[in-house]
Amino acid sequence: MNKFFLVMWHTFWTRFKSKAFIISTAITLLVIFSLTNIDKIIEAFTGDEKEMIVLDDTDSTYEMVEASLKDIDHVSFELFEKPLDEGKRLVEEGEYDGFLHFVKEDDRFPNVYFYTEKGGISTVEMTIEQVLQQFKTMAATEEAGVNEEQLALINEPLQFEKIALSEGAKSEEEMNQARGIVYVMLFVLYMAIIIYGQMIASDVAVEKSSRVMEILISSAPPTTHMFAKIIGIALLGLSQMIIIVVFGFTLLRNKFEVIPDEVMTEFGFGDLSFSLYIYALVFFILGYLLYATIAAMLGSLVSRVEDVQQLIFPLIMLIIIAFMIAMVGLSMPEAKFITITSFIPFFAPMIMFLRVGMINVPIWEVALSISILILTIIILGWLAARVYRGGVLLYGPSRSLKDFKQALQLSKKEK
Amino acid sequence: MLKIENVTKRFGKHIAVNNLSLNIPENSLFGFLGGNGAGKTTSFRMILGLMEATDGQITWKGKPINDKMSSKIGYLPEERGLYPKLKVQEQLVYLAKLRGMTKQEAIAGVDYWLDRFKVPEYRHKKVEELSKGNQQKIQFMSAVLHKPELLILDEPFSGLDPVNVEMLQDAVVDLRKHGTTIVFSSHQMAQVEQLCRELCILVKGDAVVKGNLSDIKRSYGKKNVVIHSEEDLHFVEGLNGVINFKMYVDHCEFQIEEEKEAKTILQEVNDQVFVRKFAIEEPSLNDIFIEKVGASYE
Repeated sequence: MNKFFLVMWHTFWTRFKSKAFIISTAITLLVIFSLTNIDKIIEAFTGDEKEMIVLDDTDSTYEMVEASLKDIDHVSFELFEKPLDEGKRLVEEGEYDGFLHFVKEDDRFPNVYFYTEKGGISTVEMTIEQVLQQFKTMAATEEAGVNEEQLALINEPLQFEKIALSEGAKSEEEMNQARGIVYVMLFVLYMAIIIYGQMIASDVAVEKSSRVMEILISSAPPTTHMFAKIIGIALLGLSQMIIIVVFGFTLLRNKFEVIPDEVMTEFGFGDLSFSLYIYALVFFILGYLLYATIAAMLGSLVSRVEDVQQLIFPLIMLIIIAFMIAMVGLSMPEAKFITITSFIPFFAPMIMFLRVGMINVPIWEVALSISILILTIIILGWLAARVYRGGVLLYGPSRSLKDFKQALQLSKKEK
Repeated sequence: MLKIENVTKRFGKHIAVNNLSLNIPENSLFGFLGGNGAGKTTSFRMILGLMEATDGQITWKGKPINDKMSSKIGYLPEERGLYPKLKVQEQLVYLAKLRGMTKQEAIAGVDYWLDRFKVPEYRHKKVEELSKGNQQKIQFMSAVLHKPELLILDEPFSGLDPVNVEMLQDAVVDLRKHGTTIVFSSHQMAQVEQLCRELCILVKGDAVVKGNLSDIKRSYGKKNVVIHSEEDLHFVEGLNGVINFKMYVDHCEFQIEEEKEAKTILQEVNDQVFVRKFAIEEPSLNDIFIEKVGASYE
C-alpha cells in the first residue's frame, strides 16, 4: 500500500510541476479570463465612440427619440442642419461614422435612411433600429386608439404548461434545470477521458520505452503500479479542475459581486435534488476508471511513445460516440436507443446519468447499469493487469491484437 | 543461498530455459555466460519474479522471491532503464524509496556513489543529457543504492571504457566483500575468469557447463600447449594428438586431450627443431566457451 502511494504521488508530482502542465493550465486560465472579460476586450478593440449625424425632415421626430438614442452606448448623435448631400459627403470622407435621415411620410412615422461608408451590419445599427421600432409601434398603436394596457395584453405570450401525470415524473422545469448539470457533467467527463486517458497511456509508454519499467515492476507489483498511475493522473486532473473552477468562480464573483440566480439555475445549480450530484460523482468516477484502465492497458502494449496515438484511437472513437449519443439524448431522453445504450458499459457513465438527470428512471435500472459498469471495470482491470504485466516486457513494433495475445501469454504460467 | 530448481520457461513451443538447476551460495560472485539469446535475461527475469517459470521454482534463503522482497534485491537490466527526463538524484531517490529506503538514506547513498564514481556534478542533470557510459553508472547506482542482499547485473560492463569498467568492477568486488551475493552476465570471458569463482554457461536454454571455475577447467580435460621456435613448426600439426592447431609468427598453439601426450610430442618436436619454449597451460574460459557455444551454432 505504501508503494501504491509512492507511485501515485510520483506520477502526480512529476506531472504537476512539469512545464507542459503549467503552460496548459495557464492557457486555460487565460481563456477563461478573456471570456469573462469579453465585453471589456471588445470595447478595447472597437475603440472610440462612433459619431453620427441626424437630419430630420419632420422637425419633431428627433426631439422625440433623442433621449433614447443617446442612451445607446458608444454612439453620439448630433443634429445636422445642412443639406442631405453635404451629410453624405462628410460620411464618405470619414468625418462621421453614420448619417441618419428621417424622411417625412404623411401622417405616419417617418421612414429612416441610414448612410454609412461601408456596408455590413453592426450591432450599433441594430440597436438604433430596435429603438426606433419601439417608437414606431408606440406611434402606430396610439394612432389606432390602443392604450398601453391593451398593448401589453396583445403582446403577452401564451401560457402553455406541460404537466406529467405519472407520479414522480419530472416537470418541464425540472428537466430544464437538469439539462444544465447533465450537459456540464457530460462535457467534463468527455474532456477528462480524452485528455487524461491519453496522458495515462503515454505515461506508461514512456516508462516502458525507457525500460525503467523493468525496475519499477521488480519493485512493486504491476497491478499496484498500474492503479497507482491511474489514480495519480486522476489527482492531477482533479487539481487542474479545481484550479480552473476556483479561478473562474473568483473572476465571476469579482465581476458580478453576486452571481445572478438565473445563471445558477441555467446551469442546474439551483435547487436540484442532492442525489443527482451523487449520481454525477458516481458515474464520473466509474466512467473515468473504465476508460483509464483501458488506456493503461493500451499504453503497456506499445514500445514507442509515438505508437500510443495509433493504439488509443479506437478508445477515443468510443468516447466520441458515447458523447454524440448523449448529445442526441439530451433532447429525447425517452428514446429507445437511449434506454438500451444506458446499459452498455462504455456508454453507461454518460447515458445513464443523462437518463437519471432528465427523466424518472426506476431504481433497479440504475442499479443494474452501475453493476454492469462495475463488473466490466473489474474484468477489464483484471485483464489490464495481466496484459500490463506481460506487455511491459514485450518489445518490438506494435501489432496491437497480436501483442495483446502475446502479452497475456507472457504473463501466465504455461502448462 | 539462491536456489534454482529444475526451472523451465517455455514461450509457446520455444524453450527459453530448459531444466536449469543452480545453487548460488550467499556472498559469492556468480557468472552467467552464454551467447545471444541463450536465456540469460529470461533466467534473470524469473529470478526477479518478473516472469513466472513454466516449471520448477526459485528461492532466496528458502523463500520464493516476490515483490515483498524487493528491498533485498537489486537489479540492473541489460538495457538502460531510467527516466530520461528526470534528474539523477530525483530518480535515484524515487527508485530507492520504491525499494523501501527513506529519503534521507537514499540521498546519503546518492552522495556516496556519485563521489565514488567521480561524477558529483551530475546530481541535478537530466539522465538524457549524460553519455551512455555515465548513464550506466547511474543505472548501477539505482541497483545498489538500497544495499541489496542479492544483486542481479545483466551485462553491467557493456558499453563502458576500460577506466569505467575498472571502476565498476572494483565496486562489484567491494560489494561482495561486504556480503552481497552477486549474479551477473557478461560476454567478456577474461572478466568473468577474473571475478568469478562460480559460473555457468547457457546454450539455447541449457546449462552446458556449471560449477566452480577450476573444476570446470579440470574437467574440460584438454590442455593448451605453446611451442616457441625460430624454425618452421608447421609439421607439428601432423603429429599424433594435436588438435585445434594454430600457427603464429614465432610460435604455435594447439590443444591436447591429455597431459601425458605432451611428453611424446615434445620429444618429436625436439628431434626436428630447436625449441626455445615449451609450455602446457590451463585452457582459458574463452576456449571452453567457444567450444561449448560454438558447437551449438554448427
